[in-house]
Amino acid sequence: MGVTASAPAPEDVVIMLRDVVKEYPGDPPTRVLHGVDLVVRQGELLAIVGPSGSGKSTLLHIMGTLDRPTSGEVHIAGYDVARLADRQLSSLRSREIGFVFQQFFLLPGMSAADNVADGLLYTGRRLRDRRARAREALVRVGLGHRLDYNTEKLSGGERQRVAIARALVGEPSVVLADEPTGNLDSRSGDALVELLHELNDDGSTIVVITHDHDIAGSLRRQVAMRDGLIEADSTREARDLRDSGGALRDAAR
Amino acid sequence: MSDVTPPPAVLGTPAGDGATATSRGARLAPSALHPADLFRVASIGLRSRRLRASLSALGIAIGIAAMVAVLGISESSKANLLQALDKLGTNLLVVEAGGGFIGNEDPVLPTTSETMLRRIGPVEEVSSVTSVDATVLRTDLAPSDQTGGITVKAVDTQLLDTLVGETANGEWLDESRAGLPVVVLGSVAAERLGIADVGDGVQVWLGGQWFTVIGIMEPFELAPDLDSSAVIGRDIAIADLGAAEAPGTVYLRTDPDQVDDVQAVIALTANPENPDQVEVTRPSDAIEARAAASNAFTALFLGLGAVALLVGGVGIANVMVISVLERRSEIGLRRALGATRRHVSVQFLSEALLLSAAGGLAGVMLGAAVTAVYDAARGWEIVVPVVGLAGGVAAALAIGAVAGLYPATRAARLAPTDALRTV
Repeated sequence: MGVTASAPAPEDVVIMLRDVVKEYPGDPPTRVLHGVDLVVRQGELLAIVGPSGSGKSTLLHIMGTLDRPTSGEVHIAGYDVARLADRQLSSLRSREIGFVFQQFFLLPGMSAADNVADGLLYTGRRLRDRRARAREALVRVGLGHRLDYNTEKLSGGERQRVAIARALVGEPSVVLADEPTGNLDSRSGDALVELLHELNDDGSTIVVITHDHDIAGSLRRQVAMRDGLIEADSTREARDLRDSGGALRDAAR
Repeated sequence: MSDVTPPPAVLGTPAGDGATATSRGARLAPSALHPADLFRVASIGLRSRRLRASLSALGIAIGIAAMVAVLGISESSKANLLQALDKLGTNLLVVEAGGGFIGNEDPVLPTTSETMLRRIGPVEEVSSVTSVDATVLRTDLAPSDQTGGITVKAVDTQLLDTLVGETANGEWLDESRAGLPVVVLGSVAAERLGIADVGDGVQVWLGGQWFTVIGIMEPFELAPDLDSSAVIGRDIAIADLGAAEAPGTVYLRTDPDQVDDVQAVIALTANPENPDQVEVTRPSDAIEARAAASNAFTALFLGLGAVALLVGGVGIANVMVISVLERRSEIGLRRALGATRRHVSVQFLSEALLLSAAGGLAGVMLGAAVTAVYDAARGWEIVVPVVGLAGGVAAALAIGAVAGLYPATRAARLAPTDALRTV
């Protein structure tokens, strides 16, 4: 998979970053991303892995259009982010991007189904429609028996599944998951990764941001980041080949 | 976050579009939030923090209740006084002897004063009351010092009309009986004598002879001193009880438009020799003074209510600011789900409005209830001014809007990446 993409973007490209630089103001300004190129195609399940401070969270924010790059191009689902106003970015997020956060961010005092239905709150769909889709999404993540449970009564693993259902309910072009297993015990974490694989098999495009090399290694593609740059971009097949060849590079530092 | 000029209407059309049926590159419909959803979203913050929400709404409720109750009670009181004034008229003048002294003698009105006063042009009715030096007893066997403070007054028969009095029981004096030993009791006098009914020709021992009670009066609003009096005809009072011919008090009804003019000439007309020994009063002044006094109190209490409302508003602003700080991650989440800045600010503003509206409604109901109970206890007609009710809710909403504006703006300004950053 090429690191540089040639314009114009092909039809199946969901995320395209070209020479993305992000600086935070200060004296001197802090440069967090040093020119990142990345292409994510439809149907991919990839990990962006790196230690804290490597710039992966900033990259997630830029891919999620929650923040804009200082320079460089960002195309999400075919839209050039630089050409969209903030209002339109909101609309883009509501339709094309699903978010999963480490802390789940479920709203208290609401049922699982209502939390998931809120994933469609700003799309302009009617409540009845939103609820119906929310039920379907909860069934997809294996929580068909927890529809009307208050989310405070659910386990951590179940809560994160609710959050994933909320991210999926609008059938976005891409789901961005920020350390989705970070607040889960290892068993729930493994089950969650398995769920991500299943959802990907069904066609969802998923980007997982993590510092956990075990999780990253289990995904089909792994983008390693260090100091604001992409250090390595490899498929599992290539890594397996390399490992079996004994030419082990410490990709899992 | 850098600002970008909005591009033309059709956005980011990628190459190769049209080959597939995906929505890619189509025009982006704006994010939307239905009003019904807005209500739900705004209320969820309150529902999940009930105690805090109720307490801050209570602040508004107390302020509104105070204002509505004050307005309601003062309106009821005014309505009641105006009703009384309307019935009693403002054109009654009372003329009595008083003021300057000559030696040790109490000043008196000249015998001719009533006739003279009747000649003033705009004077429409004149009647007089004279005190009689006699006692009223229930029986001739009762000790003569047990008068119960009841005085005897000699009157002319027109007095009832002039004072707009009403009989509670029996009848008033008429011309044919003015010279007969009959008596009409004031409300207090009847109560003290233990007479509630005149039906069976009950008699009292008055000034050494039996008088038949023919009537009992309702209280006189304009001449309360008659309430504790036993009223007899002037003729018999002069003939049998030695009453003075000179009137003690003269009541005048004048043309309502010329009350002041009449008032100015009364003293000279009634007692040309000693005009300074004539006192003129206007009983409706007292009622009007009562209305004015209650107005002053109304303003004071309204001010206090406004202060309470203001404090309530500060409470709401405070709760909303805290809420915005606490719910950073919710704000971040909503932005990630596609909420615009405007959606976020409208959500928090609506929450403040909802809080204050709840407080306002509760306050209006509480205030109306207080008014009703107070009015009922006073025996007044219950008047709850619609202006006060609508104004109460409107004031609450206005306070809520002002209180919610700053927190809402702050919530909207929060960058999504900052909002999502934890700890």
